[in-house]
Amino acid sequence: MWEQIRSNRTRSFLVVTGMAVLLGVVGAALGLLFGGEGGTWIGVAAALAVWLALWATSVSRGDDLMLRIAGAQEVSRSDFPMLHNVVEEMAIAAALPVKPRVFVIEDDAPNAFATGLRPDKAAVTVTTGLLRRLDRDELQGVVAHEIGHVRNRDVALMVTAGVMLGSVALLAAVGRRALWWGGGRVRSRSGGDGAPQAAAVALALLVVVLAPIFAQLLYFALSRRREYLADACGAAYTRYPEGLARALEKISGVRVPARSVDPVTAPMYIVPPLPPGAMAARGARRPAWFSTHPPVEERVRILRSMAGAGIADYAAAFERVRGRRLVRHAEAPGPGLPAHASAVAPAAAPPGAPGPAERARAASDALLRARGYRLVQCPACGAVNKLPPPLAGTVVHCLRCGERLPGGHGGPGSETGCEDCSTPPRHSV
Amino acid sequence: MSPPLLVALVLAVLFVWGVFLWNRLVRSRNDVRNAWSQIDVQLARRHDLVPNLVEVVKGYARHEADLLREVAEARSRAVRLASRGADAAGELGEAETTLGLAISRLLGIAEAYPELKASRNFLALQEELASTENRIAFARQAYNDAVARYMTLRESFPDRLLAGGFEPYPYFTMKDEAARRTPDVTLDDLAGRSAV
Repeated sequence: MWEQIRSNRTRSFLVVTGMAVLLGVVGAALGLLFGGEGGTWIGVAAALAVWLALWATSVSRGDDLMLRIAGAQEVSRSDFPMLHNVVEEMAIAAALPVKPRVFVIEDDAPNAFATGLRPDKAAVTVTTGLLRRLDRDELQGVVAHEIGHVRNRDVALMVTAGVMLGSVALLAAVGRRALWWGGGRVRSRSGGDGAPQAAAVALALLVVVLAPIFAQLLYFALSRRREYLADACGAAYTRYPEGLARALEKISGVRVPARSVDPVTAPMYIVPPLPPGAMAARGARRPAWFSTHPPVEERVRILRSMAGAGIADYAAAFERVRGRRLVRHAEAPGPGLPAHASAVAPAAAPPGAPGPAERARAASDALLRARGYRLVQCPACGAVNKLPPPLAGTVVHCLRCGERLPGGHGGPGSETGCEDCSTPPRHSV
Repeated sequence: MSPPLLVALVLAVLFVWGVFLWNRLVRSRNDVRNAWSQIDVQLARRHDLVPNLVEVVKGYARHEADLLREVAEARSRAVRLASRGADAAGELGEAETTLGLAISRLLGIAEAYPELKASRNFLALQEELASTENRIAFARQAYNDAVARYMTLRESFPDRLLAGGFEPYPYFTMKDEAARRTPDVTLDDLAGRSAV
C-alpha cells in the first residue's frame, strides 16, 4: 500500500533536484555575467549559499510563526471535543507517533491546513467556517487529507521547494537588473572579442528570464501531485472517499474570500484560499499549470470513481479520470482495500448531533472563552451574557431582563452581548 | 584486484546487505507492536467509558437491569482478555464484539427514555463512545495493515532467510461484519447520518 508513496517520494526528489539544477544554472549565469569564465562555479556556490541561508531561516522560524500569521489559536479538548476526537481518530488511522495539535482560525471561509516539518511536531488547523458547514464524515475526510500531508512529510518538502523557487526568483531578478543597468559595463570588463561575449550575455539573459518560469512550473506540478496523494491518503485512512468528496464540493461551493493568505502556507490548504478582496464570483480561473492545487471537480471525480478505498484504488481511479498514471508502471497496484473495510463505521455522528447553527455558536463561544471572555448565564431569564475581560470585577446586569448577574460582575453592559437579543454585538476584532 | 581482496569485498557487501535486511524486519515488527499497543489503549478507553455509561443510564432507566448486567459482564470478560496481550487477539476480538453490541443496545434504549436522551452527560458520553468505536476500528485497520506488511516481508525472499527469530502475528478480527447486518440497533443506525 505504501509502495506508491515511496515511488512518489523518488519522483518528488527528482523534481526538487530539477529545481536545484535551475538554481545552479541561474547562479552560473550570474557568475558568467559578473566574473567572466572563471566566475561560473563561484556563481553556482553563491546561489546554493543563498538557498541554504533562506532555507535555514524558514526552518528555524518554525511552524509557530506560520500559525500566528494565519491567526490560528490552539483550542482545548473541552471546547472542541468533536474536532479533537476526529483528529485523534485520523492520527490513529495514519499511525502517527503523536496526535497533532489542534488549531482553529476564526474565519468564515471554510478551509484547513497542516503544518509541522516532522510528523511528531504536526498541527492541524481548521477555520470556524469549515466547522460550521461540514458534518462529521466530511470533517473526517478533510482532517484525513491534512494528516496525509503530515504523514507524507509534505510540509518539509514544500518549504524546501518553496524556498528554492524564491531563491531562483531572487537571483534571476538580480541578474535581470544587472543586465538592464550595467549590461555595457559587464561586457567591457571581460574585454576581448565581441561575438562569444555577446553570445554569453544572450544566453545569460535567456536563463534569467526563463529559469523562474520553469522553477514555478516545477513547483506547481510538485504541489498538485502532493495534493492528489493527500487525497488518496484521506480516502485510505477514513475508508470513505465520499466524505472527502462531499467536503471538497461544499468547500469549493462557498466563495467567501479568506481573511488573510500567506503564500508559504497556501499550498498546504485543502483548497487554494481565495485572496482577501477577491470578487465573490470570480469567473476567470488560473490555468491548471499555474495552480498549486488540481481542479476541485477533478479531485471529486477521482474520489467518486474509486472502486475501493486503498491507495491502489485511488491510483486506478486517477488513471481512469486523467488518462495518466499516478505511479510508475513498475509499481503495479497491489490488492485494493474495500471501502468501509470491515467495521470502520463512517464516523457515526451521535444522535441529536448539533446542527450548523449550534456548531457555529459553540465554536464562537469557545473562541471567546479562549480570549478571556466569561460566559455567564442569567439566573432569571437564562440568557447567556458574554462578558469581555475588562468587565471583570464590576457589577453587570443581564442585557435582556436587567437582573444582576452572579460572579461580582456588573456595569453598564454596553459591550456585553445577550444571546437572545435580536442583534448580538460582535466581539471579533 | 587480487582474489582475496575480491572475496573480502563481496563478503563485506553481503554483510552490509544482511544488516539492512535485518533492520528492515525489526522496524516492521516494531510497527506491528506499536499498532497493537494503540488498539490496547483504545480498548482500555472503551472499558473505562462503559461504567460511566452504565451509571448514567441507571439513573434514568432502572428497568433495564438485565441489559446493564450483561454490559458489565461483557466488559469484565474483555478486560480480562485484554490483559493477556496480543496472544489472545482472536478471543479478545470476540469478547470486544460482544461488548460492542451490548453497548449499542444500551445506547439504543435511550430512544425509549426521552429524559435520558436529552441528558447532557449522556450526549457527551455518546460522542466519546462513537469516537472510541471509530478509534478502535482505525487502530485495528492500522494494526492489520502493519501485520500484512510484516508477514509479507517475513515470508518473501530474501528476508525469510533471516526471519527465523521473527514470530508471526495474528490479524485482529471482530466479527462485526455479520453483526452489523443483524436487526439489532447499532451505532450506525442510531446516528441517523446527518447529511445524505
